[in-house]
Formats: sequence, structure tokens, C-alpha cells
Amino acid sequence: MSSIKRAYFINIGVLLAALTFSVAAGPVFIPPATALRILIDGLPGIALPVNWPETFSAILFKVRLPHAALVALTGAALGGSGAAYQGIFRNPLADPYLIGVASGAGLGAVLAMAAGWPSSLLGMYAIPAAAFLGATATVLLVYWLAKVGNSLPTTTLILAGVAVSSFATSLTSLLMLRSAEELHRALGWLLGGSILGGWEPVLAVLPYIGVGLAALVVSGHVLNVLQFGEEQAEQLGLPAERVKALLILAASLTAAAAVAFSGIIGFVGLIAPHIARLLWGHDYRRLLPLSILGGCSTLLLVDLLARLLLAPQALPLGIVTALAGAPFFLWVLRRAKNQVYW
Amino acid sequence: MLEINSLSVAYGHRLALDNVSFSVREGEVVALIGPNGAGKSTLIRAASGALPARSGSVHVEGVNLRHLSVVERARRLAVVPQARNLPPAFTVYETVLLGRTPYLGWMGQASDLDRECAWRALERTQLTALAERRVGELSGGEQQRVLMARALAQETPILLLDEPTTHLDLQHQAEVLNLARSLASHHHKAVLMALHDLNLAGLYADRVVMLVNGRTQVVGAPHEVLTEQNLTAAYRVPVHVVTHPEYGSPLVLPDGREGRQP
Repeated sequence: MSSIKRAYFINIGVLLAALTFSVAAGPVFIPPATALRILIDGLPGIALPVNWPETFSAILFKVRLPHAALVALTGAALGGSGAAYQGIFRNPLADPYLIGVASGAGLGAVLAMAAGWPSSLLGMYAIPAAAFLGATATVLLVYWLAKVGNSLPTTTLILAGVAVSSFATSLTSLLMLRSAEELHRALGWLLGGSILGGWEPVLAVLPYIGVGLAALVVSGHVLNVLQFGEEQAEQLGLPAERVKALLILAASLTAAAAVAFSGIIGFVGLIAPHIARLLWGHDYRRLLPLSILGGCSTLLLVDLLARLLLAPQALPLGIVTALAGAPFFLWVLRRAKNQVYW
Repeated sequence: MLEINSLSVAYGHRLALDNVSFSVREGEVVALIGPNGAGKSTLIRAASGALPARSGSVHVEGVNLRHLSVVERARRLAVVPQARNLPPAFTVYETVLLGRTPYLGWMGQASDLDRECAWRALERTQLTALAERRVGELSGGEQQRVLMARALAQETPILLLDEPTTHLDLQHQAEVLNLARSLASHHHKAVLMALHDLNLAGLYADRVVMLVNGRTQVVGAPHEVLTEQNLTAAYRVPVHVVTHPEYGSPLVLPDGREGRQP
């Protein structure tokens, strides 16, 4: 088996295991083998002898599966957009959370909520659009602030990200204070709780993340060329400015959709691509799909931890990823300082 | 094949190139010389389309560069920039294969033909042994040759080289310049290179363009441009010019007397 096939094999295996654990664990434990039988039974045209309680299948289809699907999609979006931002900005520390995209998306979504869009189904589709506008505006602002000549140094990128992010977060808090009614919902959501249940949010987020990630996955070669800088990319026949704008839009769409439905979850977009890069190299044609798969698995496992750690109370995902991610971030920062390549 | 017509380029208010005109014909090597800051790199960048002209134009095979798309430009004109800040994690082969980008689609799916072309470029630059090494592990000179190979893989009629010998030792200087020479002589390419070393310019170029303060001071055959009078005026230091014992090309020697005087 070639190393690439092995990489995909391992990643898909880990993802399936994480999915299985995710649907099995909870207040009512459903043994993985039974869960699998119920799933197969659920496929059209297949009926297995029923040897499980009725409630199991209801829990699985109405609660656990949609929850796992939303978590997996969110993780995929964060992993994929993280890898893409790192390639676009040629900086290993770009992450939708650290560069302020997530806060910008949060601000956009809360603005939409304050304007009174929520609750209806239309609202559910409109919030990601508002989050997308917020995310795009933020990333362009941070990019403009952090750019020094033709490069984007880590220091200025992180500083600009922190500043813009704090500003957006403060505005969000201010808005939430002003509209007391929405306070609880928005707060729980912003902390990254994946609190929305049922299939509706999954279906609402799917088109945004699907389109965004598809656009990124086919852009691996383009990202490779961009690693040489804009001038050389153009000399190699790539209209760099336009391509970068396109990629920023795709990455922001993906990240914003994740924020719109799961809140602000940091560091997954840093961790998943970084591990993929360490293990399987820097070619963006492989790195993007592997970061997406890795992001899925990472967030599913984090979610599992968040539900089990203080059960029956579930911790917000954003808190768990920050607890694990902040030390990881510091480690990467130190490594980036000592090493020639990342 | 490459025509520079009254080209002016400015950085802000400062004029970096002022009304520069010359051309590079098919099968010809033209060397660009001049003191530091004279505008050599600026000219290479402007000729590639990376810098906009304030006035004047660059014509490639009779077409104004401004009327060509980025891809069309990259199929006619390859640039060997100075090796700085290359992405360190790609292998030599991967880097050279990216030279095929102007012929590939968005996904960058390379055909056997593309791979063959990249491999030929590695052979010509004596890099086959390093093909699987990461670029970040290589010396400056080796990285310079990788960029040369990438430009060859682009298969363009015109090559622009920005100080290709800067980091190279004597052997590799000769190899790169012999390669540039033979690409012009045997493959009818037009080669324009900025060179620091006046003797190499005299030895390898058909014609020499001397830039001083962004203006073309002199254009002509090496023995016409590399004269004691021209060089002393341009570089503000006394020099001697002697003749190469075998090829008859001019050899420039700095005047060392001043430092020895009591």
C-alpha cells in the first residue's frame, strides 16, 4: 500500500471508530454492534430481526445520529478551512479562531438574530449567510492589517487576529446584552455547544459546508503554487490575487457555516492540519482532504469527552478544544521558531 | 523576440527605470550589468509582467505583454528569480514539476508528458540525484539550479534570469551559464540575464546592456560595452580591461593601487 492510501485508510478508520463511539455513548448506552444493526435495519429494503428495545432506534435516529453528523460536519469545516487559511496566508498558525474569522462570523450571526430572523426555517438558512458576511469582512480586515509588504509575518497576523477578534466579540456581547430575550440561546451557542438538535440544522449547514469544502479540496495544486509567493505564482501562470480571493471566500464560507450552527470552536483548524502535515507531508492536494477527515475525528472525540467528562452535564465543545488546543498552539509556536520548515 | 520599448517603472515617486529600450533576439544571450541599485532586478521583474510599467511597453513575440493573460505570459516567458524563501518542504522534483503549471488545469493533474519534461529539466541541470530531497535541505546554489530547472520545465521561448550565479561556485557558475548559452545557441531561445560578474557577462553574452541609475548607458557587443572608460564612469572606480587569452573577450580587473599606497 502506498503511503497516501495508507494515510486515507487510517483516517477513515479513525473517523468510523469515532462515529461509532459517538453514537454509542450517552445517558443510555447503545452497544456499538447493536447500533450498527439498527443502522443497517434502517436502510431501505433491509429488515433485520429486531432484538433491541424500540427506544434504542428512536434515540439513535432522532438524537445521536443528527448530533454526530453536526459535530462531524463542523469538525470537517474547521479542519478544511484551517488548512486552507494556512496555505493562503503561508503561515502555519492561521486558524479560523486565531485570525478572528470565527468571532466575525459570530458577530454576523448575532446581528442577524438581533434583527429578528431566527426561529423560522428561513432564519436557519439566513444565519449562515450573515455569519459568512461577518467572516469575510473580518478575514479581509485582519489580512489588510497584518500584511507587511508582500509577506504576512506570524506576529502581525496573530496580533491583528487577536485585536479584531476581541473587537468583534465585544460587539457581540454588547448586542446580546441589549436583547435580553435572545441572551441565553446566543450565549450557549457562542460557547460552542452544538446545542441545536435534530436533523434540521444538519440539513441547513450541509449545502454551505459541502460547497465550501468541495471548492477547497479541488484547489490543492493551486495552493501548492501559491506557496512560492504571489510574484512567482503569477510567473508560473496563476492569477494569484484572484485565486487568493476565491480561496478566502471558500474557506470563510466553510468556517462561517460551522460557526453559525456550532458556535465558536477554536484550535481544531490548527490541530488537524498540523498533525496531517507532520505525518503525511505538505502537498496541499493530500493535506486538504486529510485535514478534513482529521477535523471530523478530532471534534467527534472532543465532543465525546465533553459529554462524558462531567456526565450527565455536557460541557461546551469550545471550552474543551481551548483546554487542549491552547497548549498545542504554544507547542507549535515554539516549534515554528526553532525549525526551518513546518 | 523580447522587445523593451522606452520602458519606465516607478516605485512611488522614485523612477527605477527611465526610458529603457533594447531587444533580445531569438538565439541570443543578453547580459544586463550595472552597479547595485541600477535597476537590473527591476527590469527583469518588469519584463516578466510582475511590475507595471509607468510608460513604455514590453513586447513578447510581437505582442504587448499587457494584452496577454497570466497563463499566456507564463507559456512564453519563464523567470529564474533569486533563490530566497522557497517553500522548504517540497521535494526538488515536485518543485520542478510545478513549472508545468501553465499547461495544467485547476487541479494540476500532470500527464506522463509533463513528468517527462520535468525529469529532462532535472537532467539538464544535473539535479537527478537530488530529485527526492527537500528543497529546504539544499544549499543556496542547489536551490538556484532547482529554479533554473523549473523554468526549463516551463518550455518557454524566452528565459529571464535574475543573477543566476550569485550563490554558485565556479563549477556550477560555468554549468548554469553554459546551459543558458546552449539553450540560446541550440534551442533558439532568447535569454536575458542580470549578471553581477562582468567577466562572465563578457564571456557568455552576445550583447551587453549597461544600466546606470535606471537608464541604459550603453548597449552593444561585450568589447564595445566593457571598456575602461565606460566601466570607470559607471562604477566610479578605476579598472583595467585586458583580453581573454583564448576567446578574446574582455576581462575586467579592478585597480588595486589605491589601497597599497602608503
